[in-house]
Amino acid sequence: MVSASGTSFFKGMLLGSISWVLITMFGQIHIRHGGQTPDHEHHHLRPPNRNDFLNTSEMTPMELSKGIRVFCIIFGESEDESYWVVLKETWTKHCDKTELYDTKNDNLFNIESNDKWVQMRTTYKYVFEKYGNNYNWFFLALPTTFAVIENLKYLLFTRNASQPFYLGHTVISGDLEYVTVEGGIVLSRESMKRLNRLLHNSENCTDQSVIWRLSEDKQLAICLKYAGVHAENAEDYEGRDVFNTKPIAQLIEEALSNNPQQVVASCLSDMAITFNGLTPQKMEVMMYGLYRLRAFGHYFNDTLVFLPPVGSEND
Amino acid sequence: MASKSWLNILIFLCGSAIGFLLCSQLFSILLGEQGDTQPNVLHNDPHARHSDDNGENHLEGQMNFNADSNQHKDENTDIAENLYQKVKILCWVMTGPQNLEKKAKHVKATWAQRCNKVLFMSSEENKDFPAVGLKTKEGRDQLYWKTIKAFQYVHEHYLEDADWFLKADDDTYVILDNLRWLLAKYDPKEPIYFGRRFKPYVKQGYMSGGAGYVLSKEALKRFVDAFKTDKCTHTSSIEDLALGKCMEIINVQAGDSRDTTGKETFHPFVPEHHLIKGYLPRTFWYWNYNYYPPIEGPGCCSDLAVSFHYVDSTTMYELEYLVYHLRPYGYLYRYQPTLPENILKEISQTNKNEDTKVKLGNP
Repeated sequence: MVSASGTSFFKGMLLGSISWVLITMFGQIHIRHGGQTPDHEHHHLRPPNRNDFLNTSEMTPMELSKGIRVFCIIFGESEDESYWVVLKETWTKHCDKTELYDTKNDNLFNIESNDKWVQMRTTYKYVFEKYGNNYNWFFLALPTTFAVIENLKYLLFTRNASQPFYLGHTVISGDLEYVTVEGGIVLSRESMKRLNRLLHNSENCTDQSVIWRLSEDKQLAICLKYAGVHAENAEDYEGRDVFNTKPIAQLIEEALSNNPQQVVASCLSDMAITFNGLTPQKMEVMMYGLYRLRAFGHYFNDTLVFLPPVGSEND
Repeated sequence: MASKSWLNILIFLCGSAIGFLLCSQLFSILLGEQGDTQPNVLHNDPHARHSDDNGENHLEGQMNFNADSNQHKDENTDIAENLYQKVKILCWVMTGPQNLEKKAKHVKATWAQRCNKVLFMSSEENKDFPAVGLKTKEGRDQLYWKTIKAFQYVHEHYLEDADWFLKADDDTYVILDNLRWLLAKYDPKEPIYFGRRFKPYVKQGYMSGGAGYVLSKEALKRFVDAFKTDKCTHTSSIEDLALGKCMEIINVQAGDSRDTTGKETFHPFVPEHHLIKGYLPRTFWYWNYNYYPPIEGPGCCSDLAVSFHYVDSTTMYELEYLVYHLRPYGYLYRYQPTLPENILKEISQTNKNEDTKVKLGNP
């Protein structure tokens, strides 16, 4: 009798292990399929070219620069509380306005839900209602992301915010092209308007899935698509991504380990906008490396001019 | 009979649950081990040298940031090019046979290209790299021998090819443009040398070896001469200290390499270690060694930094990217360094009809 129950126990263990393996593999395939899709399906967005500049040349660089107003939303949770302080003291100083939303400690809305999509839509609704008229571009990023707002403004300054723009680092999953939250999500005022029109009716844009909950960035894409807003992958003049989902060191290591015998052309853009996965310390280092450290004797003829923020030391 | 089969089913279900949990735990433990970040090596001795590789993965490939020059079409490098001609710097990089492919390769792929002349100094010759063979042994105790012989080699073969002579390690990252800005106001016929100045043991101070130091032509002549006349000898294997003592004997001045706001330009560590308050513990030797008051936080480091040390291969490319490529478009930097007088005069003479400021745009 004991041996009989013993064998059934071991049969059970075997079944448990096999089912875990199957479920993990299935999950991996699901993820991998989402990532590998040919580039020609992407929508691309490039920085302005010379012709675009000509239309704006009546304004001074200062006027041009002041015309683009970016609202930054930091959205997410982190185990390391010091992120929130560091974010306030580093790159978000270069946004025209910033709202920090800690989804774990929900300081803003006191929503009962832990559902990231519910939190995200509430945030977008709140921001649009309160600030929609004063800003033309809305940028959402995770607490672990570092963004160069000046380069974001350069990418956008010839674009009309009354058009529905939805930009970032895009990924294709099935027939959905969406902007990944890790790279940062940019919405024009028109996109925010359309999004909010939909969100006013709380039945719209709710997650219909039962087993596999879609991530909040996918949900956003679905909702925006319904409103006629499509994702575009932002790139520089050479076609390099400007929204990065990884930190610089990792991008370098990956590029070099893929081609050990060769000298690799850089995959990093001069006008990169975001890097993700930074520690608070690395953010301080980025401030120095980006806004201060440079080589003497190299000058640039830029169309825009951005002044350093008042009263800070690290930029 | 019925209860027995129910019991079996129960045991079966328990088994499957345990099997499931065990697998996921096992997997997460394995992942957890791979996820461990490498410890940062804080060297607890100012004269500690990079001993053997501490097992870190070294980068196999190389990255070329200049593969397409389209990105830099808005860039005006006239001043940088002018300084390249005016302030000629020969760089020699202290390396060894084991480190040519592991470390020196990445130096060669990045900052070394901006030297007017670069030499890689090893104990044995390597015609392919290429590296100069100094005919010494390898090891920590050979550092001063290698330094003496390297300077002798440079003096014998390249004395007239440069005005200034820089020594760096294969884990030092140097920004040559900023070094030229620093040196432009000095005369290479003066007996002077620059680096990160340390105060102990030598009255006028001495320069940290790892952060790199640069000798004027006159300083190099006196140094090489001193070994011919036995004014200086191989007194110890602590390269930077021994060299600093010799410099004092031969009346070569230890210069002040700080920028016009008093911020240091040569750095014995990577930026993170200087910028993050509390990173270097208060008991660390560094706080007692620095000649000028040491600062942590944003005041630690000049915008026109010249060097960083203990730079691993990935960080070489990261620094190259941050210094020469990534920039905030249109940003008006707070620190506006001026050109040295003599260079300014020359430029306004060559551009007689153009206003210098307009031509330069946004520095």
